[in-house]
Formats: sequence, structure tokens, C-alpha cells
Amino acid sequence: MKIYVDPDKCQGHNRCYALADTLFDVDDYGLATVVGDGTVPDELVAKAELAIANCPEHAIVLLEP
Amino acid sequence: MTTTPPVRDWATDYDIFDPAYIADPFSIWDELRNECPIAHSDRFGGSWLPTRYEDVVAMAHDIEHFSSRSISVVPPGQNEDTQLTAGLPPIGVDPPVHTWSRRLLLPWFSHRAVGQAEPATRELCRSLVDGIVAAGHGDAAAGYAQQIPVRVIAVILGVPQERSDDFTGWVRDVLEFAHDAERRKRGADALIEYFIEEIGKRRENPGDDLISELLRSEVDGEPVPDDHILGTAALTLIAGVDTTWSAIGSSLWHLATHPDDRRRLVEEPDLMPIAIEELLRAYSPVTMARIVASDTEVAGCPMHEGDRVLMNFPAANRDPDAFERADEVIIDRELNRHVAFGVGIHRCAGSNLARMELRVALTEWLERIPEFHIEDPDKVTWAGGQVRGPRNVPVVIP
Repeated sequence: MKIYVDPDKCQGHNRCYALADTLFDVDDYGLATVVGDGTVPDELVAKAELAIANCPEHAIVLLEP
Repeated sequence: MTTTPPVRDWATDYDIFDPAYIADPFSIWDELRNECPIAHSDRFGGSWLPTRYEDVVAMAHDIEHFSSRSISVVPPGQNEDTQLTAGLPPIGVDPPVHTWSRRLLLPWFSHRAVGQAEPATRELCRSLVDGIVAAGHGDAAAGYAQQIPVRVIAVILGVPQERSDDFTGWVRDVLEFAHDAERRKRGADALIEYFIEEIGKRRENPGDDLISELLRSEVDGEPVPDDHILGTAALTLIAGVDTTWSAIGSSLWHLATHPDDRRRLVEEPDLMPIAIEELLRAYSPVTMARIVASDTEVAGCPMHEGDRVLMNFPAANRDPDAFERADEVIIDRELNRHVAFGVGIHRCAGSNLARMELRVALTEWLERIPEFHIEDPDKVTWAGGQVRGPRNVPVVIP
């Protein structure tokens, strides 16, 4: 699984970071980015799916299932 | 106190300050969603009230048609807020001013900054809990929830915590009593006068607080205008007090009246972050307003330039089309795309701070007071309007 945060959609809710702080990082302005290249280790797929489903802006994009 | 006639019909004559709406807005929204999902009322200068998640989110994102130049649910009266010539940036302005004014504010409420405020917040909660435990009873709203956010935000603004009762009073005048023009103006005037003086003091003796930082900041090579600093300082206090205290109070009221949820949180403290999102969804405190910037249509509803729209985030969060069993608190609800902090470019800048305060306040309470119940349901009081939450929740520790 590979994911990406669309910077044009992200508004800094930080829900993804709260749910999966190993997959996402947030800056001082709240903007989220994926850690590394966005590849999700198998054991964190459920967390990534949760982050995708809870983002109020639909900003987390699934690049590869 | 202004009194208004009883509501004839919620679809055409709603009043968000009506006691029935404050007591149980949920059944009113359910009825409206089925029959008239965007209601209208001529009260308080006229406004629209959407109730569906889809519509509220669409309007929040459509900043072209929905301006934030006036965000109060009741329009300001004539001669009111005349000193706030820059409005309440960033929440009360549109881009491009919104963009830079929000950037000035956000680092103060980042994950990192909020983490630094957590130990003091925990200490504060513990000392308040000590008093309630010692007494064996207390008011979870007035004696606990109400005491927390005002002190945390005072530190950020660099104003004395000893003035907390004044701050709380002014903010209540502006929000809770917005329908009482005289009281609202009195609170707003006091708050504005206070910050004019504080800004002057900070100019002479800068510190490491938000107001001092705004005074040091520049925009396009120029100092941030004074009226802008005034608006942002006033906003930070107004937005940082009543909102979070209402969320903490509603959550404690829920836990007092739902022993199963309370015991589960005591037994599974790791559930707290998920539980907080659910409590925020179910008891979202904040309704903001927008002004229609140019004629448009939402869900077949024609809206005209200048119309006021109440961004009903609380109702959106109770929409059964967006949430399964929307009318129930499911304390471990995992799929929860709620919009309690708004959505789009005006997402609450203080949401990290509010979440931290809510988590710490509930954790510290439950750690020392795992069992408690409402002393007398008739003594529980709620306030509503722009911000809904309980004002008195007297509880007893068995």
C-alpha cells in the first residue's frame, strides 16, 4: 500500500497524525505529509485505512492498494 | 434580556436561542433533514440553517459564494464592534488576508506548541479535581470545564490568569447572550478596551506571548496593523474559552449520565482519543455563520447576496446519511469524519489545543473520579446559540 497527502486539500486537522503518527508527519502550520515515500508496512495498513476514512478533507490519496 | 415569541414552525421560523432548541436541537434537525433540509428564519436579521452533512461541507468549501466577513450567528448591531476595523482575523475574513493572518496564528497551536502547554494544563486539572474530590461533589461545568480553557489561553496570550472570571464573563456576553444586544455590546466593549490596553503594554514590554509575537511580525515588509492584532487577540480569547469548555462540559455530562461509556473509558484509557472524537461529533458545540457573497443555490435553495447562513456543523455531525447510528454515542466509533472543527480553509486553528485540553481534562477527572452521577437533573442547565454546552452540571461522588 502506498499513500500520499494532497497538500491542496489538507487543512491541518491532524486527524491522520493522531491516528497513525508513524505514517504521517505534521508541520507547524498543521500541514500533513507522509513519512518517507508513503509506502505503508503491512502491519500498518489498518491504521492507514483508518486515517483515510477519518480525514475530513478527503486529502489522503491511495496511490497503490 | 430579550424575549422572543415562541417558534411557530422550525422550517420557516427557527430560533437557535429558543429554549427548546437549546435543550434538544437533535430532534429538530432530524425533522428538518427529512422535511426541509435548509431551513430559513426571519429572526435576528434573517438566516438559513442547513442540516445535512453534504450541504454544510459543500458551503464551507465554497468560499467564493460564502464569505466569512461576518461569522456571528446574530448580526452585529449598528455602532457595535466599531473598533474592530480589521474584523476578527483569520476566522472572520476571507483570502487573501485570511491566508497570511492564519499563518501568523497556526504555529501557536501546532502539535508541538500544544504539547508544551500540556503539563501546565494537567496540573491545573489536577488541582481542580483535588477540590472536587475533597468536597465529595462539585459542578463539572462551572467548577471544572469552565475553569480550564480560559487559563490555558491566558498563558498563550500573555494575560493574567487572575482575570479569568472577567474573560469568561465577556466571552459569555458576546456568544451566549448574543441575542441580547445590550449585554453583547457591553461584553465586546470591555474585551476590546482590555486588549487595546494590553497591546499598548506589550509594545512597551514585549514577552514571549502571542500578542508580542504579532507585534514583532511583518506582512509584506510592514508591521502587522494594530487593528489586525486587536482582532486576532480578541478572536483568540473568544474562540479559546467558551468552545472548549462547552466540549469538556458536554463530555462530562455524557459520562455522568452514561455509566457504561464511563466505565469503559476508565477500564480502557487508550480508547480516549477515539472517544473524544465521538464526543466532539455528538456534542459539537460550535455553529459559525457565513454571508452569501453572490447569488447562488444550494440543494435547490436560492440564496441571495448578503444573506446570512448558519454553518450548522453540529447538525451535519448528526446526519444519518453521513454516520451510522448518527443519533447514538458509540464511544469506540472508528469511522468518524466529523466536522466539529469546521472544514475547509477555516478549520478551527485551535483544534489541536482543544483536543489536548479535552483529553487531559477527561483523563484527569476519570483517574480520580471514576464514579460520579448527576446530583439533580433539574439543576443541569444548557446554553446555546453560537456555542452549545452545559453551564451547570452538579455531580456527586458516591
